[in-house]
Amino acid sequence: MADEYRKARIKKNIVWTIAFFFAIIWLLVAFIPFLFMILNSLRGQGDMLQHGVFTLPQPFIFSNYPAIMKQGFMGYFMRSVIVVAISLTILLFATACASYPLSRMRFRLRLPLRALIVAMMSVPMHVTLIPIFKMANKVGIYDSIWALIGPYVAFGLPLATFILSSFMEQTIPKEVEEAAEIDGCGRYAMFFRIIFPLSKAGLSTLAIYNGVHMWNEFAFANTLTQSKAAKTLPLALSAFKGENTINTPLILAVLTLSVLPMIILFLIFQDKLVKGMMAGAVKG
Amino acid sequence: MAKQQKEMFEKPVKGTLAYARAVSTRKAAAVFLAPVILLLVIFMVYPIIDTFVTSGYRWNGISADKQWLGFFNAGSNWNELIHDDNFWHAFRNNIIVMVFSILLQMPIGMLLATFLDAGGKKLNIFKTIWFFPYLMSSTAIAFLFTYALATNDGLITAAATLIRGKRTAIDLLGRSPHALFTVIGVMAWQFAPFYMVYFIAGYSGIDESLYEAAVIDGATRGQYIRRVALPLLKPTIKAACTMSLIGSLKYFDLIWNMTQGGPGVTSELMATYMYKQSFKNFKMGYGSAVAAGMFILITLIALLFNRIFESKEDY
Repeated sequence: MADEYRKARIKKNIVWTIAFFFAIIWLLVAFIPFLFMILNSLRGQGDMLQHGVFTLPQPFIFSNYPAIMKQGFMGYFMRSVIVVAISLTILLFATACASYPLSRMRFRLRLPLRALIVAMMSVPMHVTLIPIFKMANKVGIYDSIWALIGPYVAFGLPLATFILSSFMEQTIPKEVEEAAEIDGCGRYAMFFRIIFPLSKAGLSTLAIYNGVHMWNEFAFANTLTQSKAAKTLPLALSAFKGENTINTPLILAVLTLSVLPMIILFLIFQDKLVKGMMAGAVKG
Repeated sequence: MAKQQKEMFEKPVKGTLAYARAVSTRKAAAVFLAPVILLLVIFMVYPIIDTFVTSGYRWNGISADKQWLGFFNAGSNWNELIHDDNFWHAFRNNIIVMVFSILLQMPIGMLLATFLDAGGKKLNIFKTIWFFPYLMSSTAIAFLFTYALATNDGLITAAATLIRGKRTAIDLLGRSPHALFTVIGVMAWQFAPFYMVYFIAGYSGIDESLYEAAVIDGATRGQYIRRVALPLLKPTIKAACTMSLIGSLKYFDLIWNMTQGGPGVTSELMATYMYKQSFKNFKMGYGSAVAAGMFILITLIALLFNRIFESKEDY
């Protein structure tokens, strides 16, 4: 008996050792590109041409960062912040509004509507690209960040509604709602005082995923904006590339500063990453 | 995912309290749903219809002059599309990306999630760093990997040179079959973290007491995962597969920024082909036909997979 127990223990240790081995390999695979990016953004152009990219920078220089600031990096950055802030606010509010009836009210069209909205997840943005380009031109917002908000919100809606309505269905107990109703709480007060506050965990998960997505969005931004004064961060890259063709360290500095805010926000909110997803994941 | 369930309704009789309640529910539902429906109609439904309409014209996107070509007669965009080898080549590439994305992203995501689920909170540092690739934009990833894979002093070439002791150039992006598979690999690097979190969420949705019961019955962690957890995760895995499938059929960013579909058309996808036709060659009518064709194909494949998954569940 004791022998068998020891055998099982040894086997368990072996399995964990192998698992750790692969876990560390994937850790390196995930992290080395970042290391490569950060280290090489800290060297001079001549240093890179001379020593290649695998040595430590000699010497470490930080002048690439002020240099990109001088070339208008903050403009791209602020435009991205504005677009993401506005789009995300609209997206989260609209999603919460829609998820409330889709998860908690009884009416005939509830399930068909929900299925329809979820099915829109498979709509490729390219099928809407030319018409949205035309619309932006007609309304006169082409080549400004305002053209990006509508499509960013709309394309986040299907998945967000799916996740949040599952979340509301599973995490907010019916009794809370009933108790509020008995206390004379109407539907609209119910939404703002009870449903919305209780959905916070789900909403923060959605904010992380959609925020990352909007921050990095490329195709709409590339189609709907043209001038330097309207471009967002994902487009800054090609602009900087155009202006500094061979200066790779400088471009890597642009990349580093573009992901940095995402990494910082992620480190702060990472515990919210799974919670809101749970309801959407279990149901499938 | 969009499985239709039936809800039972007793039709309330007019004039009763239940009827008044049903009416007020309907009204409230309409108010709450209005913003989402409005947004979806303006930015999805109407554009889809408009794309189909535009696909009947010859139009360069700028001038007011549009020429009606019709839909299925000879010389129309749709006729051209059906006989366009480049489009079908792009579609084939999309299918390859789809198959290999699922084959790579699902197992990697699942392995990472299983490791984290079995290890508990003390492995959180792994989860944090494993998630990093997902935070980066496709344009940045494309640039970084183009650079890392470059033949002059990129990572792979340098590693190969180091191993063989003499200069060895490995061109993963320049030559035809390599380019597509290189991009598939980079996509796996980028998206595995998303499915990892999705599967972690699935795991945490499983009742802790099931694991305890399995342990009391003498099961090991491995047996618990295979016999209890994985079967319970089936709907999660199914949803993840559907997402990955749809995602890879409409994929654009990374290919556009890494290869622009090249060399030649070897890594062309439907989306890059559409973009090229519309915004580089300014054939908006034909671009619309490509986009509409893409929409039809994606919808059909998504429906087909849903059907297959669903029939598999009935045993």
